[in-house]
Amino acid sequence: MKKLVKGNEAVVIGALVAGCDAYYGYPITPASEIAHAASEHFLPLGKVFVQAECEVGAINMVFGSASSGLRTLTASSGPGISLKMEGISYLAGAELPCVIVNVQRVGPGLGNIGPEQGDYFQVVKGGGHGDYRNIVLAPASVEETYRMTIQAFDLADRWRTPVFILTDATLGQMMEPIDIRQEKIEKIDKPWALTAEEASNQNLITSIYLDFDDMEAHIEKLHKKYRKITETEASAEVFGDPDPQIVLTGYGITSRLLRSTVDELNARGIRAALIRPKTLWPFPEKIYQETVKESVPVLSVEMSRGQFIEDVRLALPRHKVSWYGRVGGNLPEIETLVARAEQCLKEATND
Amino acid sequence: MTKVYEKSPAFFETFDRKPGQQHTTHYCPGCGHGTLNKIMADLVAELGIQDQTIYVGPVGCGVFIYYYFEGACASAAHGRASAVATGISRSNPDGIVVSYQGDGDLAAIGTGNAIHAANRGENMIVFFVNNNLYGMTGGQMAPTTLLEQKTSTSPYGRSEINDGYPLRMSEMMAGLEAPTLVARVGVNNPKNIRQAVKVIRKGLEIQRDKKGYVFIEVMSQCPTNWKKDPVEACEWIDDVVCKQYPLGVFKDLTDERQAQRRPRREVEFAAVAKQLGLRGDDDTGLDKMTLPQPEMRFKFAGFGGQGVLSLGLMVAQMATERNMEVTWLPSYGPEMRGGVANSSVVIGENPIGTPVVDVPDVLVALNRPSMDKLSPLVKEDGLIVYNSSLIDQIPADLKGKVCPLPATTLAAEAGTVKAANVVVLGFVARMTGIFTLAELEEFLCETFKKPALQEINLKAVAAGWNAAEAFI
Repeated sequence: MKKLVKGNEAVVIGALVAGCDAYYGYPITPASEIAHAASEHFLPLGKVFVQAECEVGAINMVFGSASSGLRTLTASSGPGISLKMEGISYLAGAELPCVIVNVQRVGPGLGNIGPEQGDYFQVVKGGGHGDYRNIVLAPASVEETYRMTIQAFDLADRWRTPVFILTDATLGQMMEPIDIRQEKIEKIDKPWALTAEEASNQNLITSIYLDFDDMEAHIEKLHKKYRKITETEASAEVFGDPDPQIVLTGYGITSRLLRSTVDELNARGIRAALIRPKTLWPFPEKIYQETVKESVPVLSVEMSRGQFIEDVRLALPRHKVSWYGRVGGNLPEIETLVARAEQCLKEATND
Repeated sequence: MTKVYEKSPAFFETFDRKPGQQHTTHYCPGCGHGTLNKIMADLVAELGIQDQTIYVGPVGCGVFIYYYFEGACASAAHGRASAVATGISRSNPDGIVVSYQGDGDLAAIGTGNAIHAANRGENMIVFFVNNNLYGMTGGQMAPTTLLEQKTSTSPYGRSEINDGYPLRMSEMMAGLEAPTLVARVGVNNPKNIRQAVKVIRKGLEIQRDKKGYVFIEVMSQCPTNWKKDPVEACEWIDDVVCKQYPLGVFKDLTDERQAQRRPRREVEFAAVAKQLGLRGDDDTGLDKMTLPQPEMRFKFAGFGGQGVLSLGLMVAQMATERNMEVTWLPSYGPEMRGGVANSSVVIGENPIGTPVVDVPDVLVALNRPSMDKLSPLVKEDGLIVYNSSLIDQIPADLKGKVCPLPATTLAAEAGTVKAANVVVLGFVARMTGIFTLAELEEFLCETFKKPALQEINLKAVAAGWNAAEAFI
């Protein structure tokens, strides 16, 4: 059945459909509706809901819950995610599956509660200490927030790793219809989990390997896994003209703006396309390389001052990739995006 | 020959920490941890709870307990054992959860997590091993270090001016309502050990019976960092340390506490659907809307409290029920200043790009600031509806069709000024042709269940609908 919900509520509904067992969190704007909805629905269903004393407490409860084999969710926004980062490093090191939502607000520091995409490096490049990766999903609509939350639990279990869903204040607060129905869920056995049964007496959940060689082997094992994830899970949507003169790219809410921009450019007779990564790690490099032909200019748009564009440039080292963005809580205007794209095309033609 | 004592079966047969050292622990000679571990293992075996027991180890001297206890184990980040144990306890209502923490871990970096786990009355037993300094990291000062005690970070002795006073955790924990048992014990001499065994047995029985939170502070001698031989260290506990940290039971509600269970269920989708209030059928039975153009972009603006967010929501909700593509976006940031709020709604036949409405097809302005700011943005063939009850002057040279609507006055006539947004709903629906009056009435009857409210809103929507007559 279709239901009109906020992006933040869609996270909780997706989690319930995915068979999530437990939520641990701490209030923060603009992510709080996730905790509101979880508190409303988890307890009556006999699921775990704990409002933790702090973000650090919440992520470590996630550690305990994921260690016990439960499908576990937590959510916060930038400042809270900063506090969770130590715990996320431990989760990655101990190979614990869980889903973490970051509803991005404006930073650095207290910033404000408007939308921004300034947590890209924090979330996509790790954030905590040590040599690890998180799978990062970037929904662009409320419906996709719902779908990706379901997918995130499967990915987390499949790869025994934390999975991030990276949204922002706009996606979290806006409402769109989502189509809620029973979904096929990949629930797998977790023989490694800590339980109140004899079978788990030998089980140990840890990220400590004191012996240097053992530790090296553990990191190697993690990175072997990360390579497989890179090969199999990278994903992006390509939209617009099949033979573009200019390619626009951006993720999350920005890609929604770019969709309208591409429509407007096409209406003006400019062949434009959009590449919208659905996974930020792994970054869908191949899709960029296959889509963007030689000498086609790229306009990379983000609500941060040049973070996302680094990955676009790594994917397209020989292309001219220009940056545009707004920060501070402002969304780029379509009119400006169209003008920027036209300018990029003009510069490329003159080169 | 009868064996009168053997290694507890709750310990591993061999300790596989380091090759060649499979029968010794990593604890220093004379340390209290080893004695405590033995007491714990003996009692876990005696009570027959080995298979249910899940241990959470800390960062500190207790970090390697997973090499010794044969049971499910997790190692927590520094200070976080009580939080990790909370997650494990909630996940395993049948488990017996042991959180094993030192004084740097529990009384410094992890104080918050420890106190709140206690305050929630989690079903767990916390062993707080207090040797009044950081043993593992090189004997630094802890919150529990005695005044004038020299450590590697209090080389001149702990001073209350610079470092505060030694922290008495048991006394703090006993001040909370939730804990069932709070005690401080010693493992430095046979008398204290006998008392410790008694208290720890009780603590584990409380766990077996699910009677809540237990905090046992164990005064542990640290000959290495105290720079004393084991005998001197044991005596120093009695002679000096226990003057600051008296042994004893600070709180014991074992007899009056009932078992507290936090059962956990796994549910099918049907239960989720019921909880979310989903209807069984997919089809709303309603046809898609007919829009004057493939995509309509609305902006509803006014003072906070004039109901502009809910006006947008009503339009979005009705469009959702008609299977349209819909977005609803509340105002943010600078637009909120001065009490001006707005909501943007887009209704489309195809997937919607930006949910932001920079250039509205339809603008509703219920107060002057929003009219001044937003009306110049409306398209040439757009529609501007403004609240003429409150707006006496409008910007010059506006594009589009400009309609004054005395929304506040009409709403007051219907019964309350709060229904101004519903007056607008009726007006806009008729002007744009997106909903019929019957559809609006049906929706309002579903939304407002109280008869008095229903009557007011039906009057308000009809007033708006009728007011549009003059502009068509």
